Amino acid sequence: MVPTKEEMEEALNQRHGARLQEAFSSTSVAVCGLGGLGSNIATALARAGIGKLTLIDFDRVDISNLHRQQYKASQTGRYKTEALAANIAEIAPYTELEIHTVSITRENAAELLRGAHIICEAFDDAGCKAMLANTVLETMPDKYLVAASGMAGLGSANQIQTRRITERFYLCGDGVSDADTGMGLVSSRVMLCAAHQAHMVLRILAGELQA
Amino acid sequence: MVKINGEYLDIAGKTVAEYVHDAGYDTQRIAVERNGKILPRAQFSETVLTENDSVEVVSFVGGG
Repeated sequence: MVPTKEEMEEALNQRHGARLQEAFSSTSVAVCGLGGLGSNIATALARAGIGKLTLIDFDRVDISNLHRQQYKASQTGRYKTEALAANIAEIAPYTELEIHTVSITRENAAELLRGAHIICEAFDDAGCKAMLANTVLETMPDKYLVAASGMAGLGSANQIQTRRITERFYLCGDGVSDADTGMGLVSSRVMLCAAHQAHMVLRILAGELQA
Repeated sequence: MVKINGEYLDIAGKTVAEYVHDAGYDTQRIAVERNGKILPRAQFSETVLTENDSVEVVSFVGGG
């Protein structure tokens, strides 16, 4: 039995307090890339009662994703946008979702991200990460960017950190652990980094701007 | 001296483009913060580092 919208709002109000929940539910967050970072970020934010999520990814769910990304084996082959929207609809059915099954480029970023107050960079590729960071920070001065770099391997969980680089640019991760060298991505450490990103989003909305 | 990624270097007078090249960064994978603001990539070659500048070069690695 799925609770009503009012019941879920009341439960979140009791959890977070009405004022904070109003800040969460009245905002819009974009998640760019729906892999190990983005699928976990979006799930955490939906659970927290963020009002609207924009989910962007061009790719489909692959069997190699299932060890760390919030998809089910039965969703292999589906577009990540559609699969994640379906999963979030079960977890937090009253979250407003906008999905775009495209690659984000310097050219289309402004249009795709127009409505978002906070943007989470959750790509896999280092060049794409830098492209999005530079595009958002150079051309969208009113938005916050929460990006990630360095979360591969079995290094200590305690090396994953959130740092504030500029007033509106936060960077999560250990800064160095590259997925292309060493043992690659491990579910729990990617989730840690995603949790840092989701947590920073909630802190920004609460007015807690320090990392 | 110019503070770059926490380290003080005697490189005032160099451009940002020269510094990131000499330091071996892949310019397609970095974002540069200078004195609290993001420095647009198009300005790397015309931006001269001056005494007491504070710079952070964020070098992204893959994984997500």
